[in-house]
Amino acid sequence: MNGWRLLRAEWTKARTVASTGWLVAGTVLTTVALGGAVAGATHCPSGGCGGDPVRTSLTGVQLGQIAVVVLAVLLVGTEYGTGTIQVTLAAAPRRGAVLAAKAAVLGALVAAAGAVAVVASLLLGRVLLPGSTLPGGATLLRAAGGSVLYLVLVGLLALGIAVAVRHSAAAIGVVLGVLYLLPVVAGAVGDPHWQRHLVQVAPMSAGLAVQVTVGAADLPIGPWSGLAVLAGWAAAALLAGALLFRLRDA
Amino acid sequence: MSARTEPEHRAADPTGRDDAGGPAARTDRVRRPGFGRLVWAEWTKLRSVPAWLVGLAVAALLTAAIGLLICGASVCSRQDAHGREVACTATVGPDGRNVTDRFYFVHRPMTGDGSLTVRLTALDASQPWAKAGIMVKDGIRPGAGYAAVLVTPGHGARLQDDFAHDVAGPAGTVSPGRPRWLRLTRAGDRLTGAVSPDGHRWTTVGTARLAGLPRTAQVGLFAATPLDFGRTDSLTQSTVHPEATVATATFDRVRATGGAAGTAWTGTRIGDTGPLPSAAGGYHRAGDTLTVRGSGDIAPAVSSIESITPVERTLLGSFAGLVAIAVVAISSIGTEYRRGTIRLTLLASPRRGRVLAAKALVVGGAVFLVGLATAAVAVALGTTLLRANGNVLAAVPPGTVLRVVVGTAALLAVAAVLALAVGAIVRHAVGAIVAVLAGLILPYLLAAVLPVLPAPAAEWLLRVSPAAGFAVQQTMLAYPQVDAAYTPLDGYYPLAPWQGFAVLCGWALVALAVATLLLRRRDA
Repeated sequence: MNGWRLLRAEWTKARTVASTGWLVAGTVLTTVALGGAVAGATHCPSGGCGGDPVRTSLTGVQLGQIAVVVLAVLLVGTEYGTGTIQVTLAAAPRRGAVLAAKAAVLGALVAAAGAVAVVASLLLGRVLLPGSTLPGGATLLRAAGGSVLYLVLVGLLALGIAVAVRHSAAAIGVVLGVLYLLPVVAGAVGDPHWQRHLVQVAPMSAGLAVQVTVGAADLPIGPWSGLAVLAGWAAAALLAGALLFRLRDA
Repeated sequence: MSARTEPEHRAADPTGRDDAGGPAARTDRVRRPGFGRLVWAEWTKLRSVPAWLVGLAVAALLTAAIGLLICGASVCSRQDAHGREVACTATVGPDGRNVTDRFYFVHRPMTGDGSLTVRLTALDASQPWAKAGIMVKDGIRPGAGYAAVLVTPGHGARLQDDFAHDVAGPAGTVSPGRPRWLRLTRAGDRLTGAVSPDGHRWTTVGTARLAGLPRTAQVGLFAATPLDFGRTDSLTQSTVHPEATVATATFDRVRATGGAAGTAWTGTRIGDTGPLPSAAGGYHRAGDTLTVRGSGDIAPAVSSIESITPVERTLLGSFAGLVAIAVVAISSIGTEYRRGTIRLTLLASPRRGRVLAAKALVVGGAVFLVGLATAAVAVALGTTLLRANGNVLAAVPPGTVLRVVVGTAALLAVAAVLALAVGAIVRHAVGAIVAVLAGLILPYLLAAVLPVLPAPAAEWLLRVSPAAGFAVQQTMLAYPQVDAAYTPLDGYYPLAPWQGFAVLCGWALVALAVATLLLRRRDA
């Protein structure tokens, strides 16, 4: 099969499973809901909220990413769970191409869901945080576009791990562990030196630096370099997944 | 129900023996595998799947490794008033718990019984819990037992003793033209505090018993005021800018009887300078008038003020271990549905509720034992590492540490049973793991670990969600007489340890009941 037909095939698989629609909707809903809840619970003293209203509105990305992770894992995990992976590979023996097609379909789905979620979160934040001063266009665009890219990269990271683990529940556990573990450790460690380094290497805390619009200079890592750290994690996971995919029997 | 007819039962009878006594008993008395054999069968399934054993081992390793990583990277550093690095220290009170004991004390020895009466004419302090009054203390060593009758700007007159005990007296503070008379009387080991608006009509606030108070103690006047936390809760994270403040108290008409009588006073700054360089305090005497300036506090220690590390810090990895445990627990039922072995299981043991009970017992029991060993190792090694890094561990009774270790094992076991029940309800491993993550792990992370949610939302989550069970790990106590940050992020849960654990147990029981009902109703 050529690349285009592979893409069509993966898109058909994703489109015709009920869980895909639910998880795309779930990504949007959980992101907007948590962002709205945090923005609504924020008490603004008269004279503006201070802080970082953009980042507050986009807090929900930290929850919405879980739906993205499940979506990514299911794209691979269901095939292993039901044995259809053997049919897929019989029809398309070039395994690297199969993985690339899955990654492309996942990326498109997550980018669409993420864009809707981010725009809706920002609009809701604008309503719930009245009087807050928004940053300039370029910074706002960086935070919004960066959040969408963040979700896409988390999805690719999950896809790579799912191919390597081949068991949906375990893969979800591993991905969420990779995402949430290092921030927890960084928060608990008293030593600021360690804290800084952990935030710099952790995929979630480094990647979310792209959302910061106020005081970005004080962060342990810059917005784009933080997203690059997450991209590195996603690339490593995809590479490891692709390698194992080629080497092992399905 | 129609599938479970009498002939099938007999066919499933492993002995194949027809031992039903007579015609009347034939319909009811059928030999089924006993509950013990069911448990044994489930145990055999659990231990013969290598992936599940690996999962439990991963859970233990994750829990311990994360705890040790955190402990290894936690270094206590504190600077004194001159910006020099000093070792972290903590003061321990008479009951073995950590205390804050920093104030200015103008004192003299008191031998045997006696009483001291003063008039407090002014108290200039910004903090509601600033304190000024009379104290009898077992020497000037920080942490020594004491009893004091005192006035606060925001909480009226109080009788406080041995840091943790606080009795409220008449409300109202001292203002110009409205002085407050205070009296503290010693009779043996009992100290009685009384207050009066005019020196004639006295109100007894209470009596404190100081066991082991020596015959000669120190009696005198004191002033203290806690740190000012300029809290800004405007955004999700509350930022704290603590600042030291000074309280100034003016006393006159000092009258002493019995052993408290004397003329000379000694001024002593009790305790070190504290987490922030603060004014050393002092006193000034002009005729009958004594002015005492002091800062600090005389109160139980809370972790957000004193640099003490709670012991549960060593168990912060348990949530990660719990993810692995949930995967194992869910797989133990999910695999049966996926592979169809559930039909074999139910054929061998048609009473479905007992199958689920046996599974819960085996999974819960195995996780409890693994969790107990893991928690014990993590606490033992973690506290050693913390101490080696110069951290001061919060002093808690040995029973509390035992409760944290056993409670963590129980928390993991009950959470595993909850995950198993969810797996039986959902019958789909991914759906079940997402439900457990969303209901148990995520609320814990968002509310108690990561600074994401505002405190009211975090507290609500830790009251109603299964994550309330993590309360069993808390060792710090909140005190109404100390203003501090008592948020889940600081280690203070909205529910008491076993209350929170009961919430998790409630969820697990409800899930088990629903799972049993569905298992009976649905075809496998």
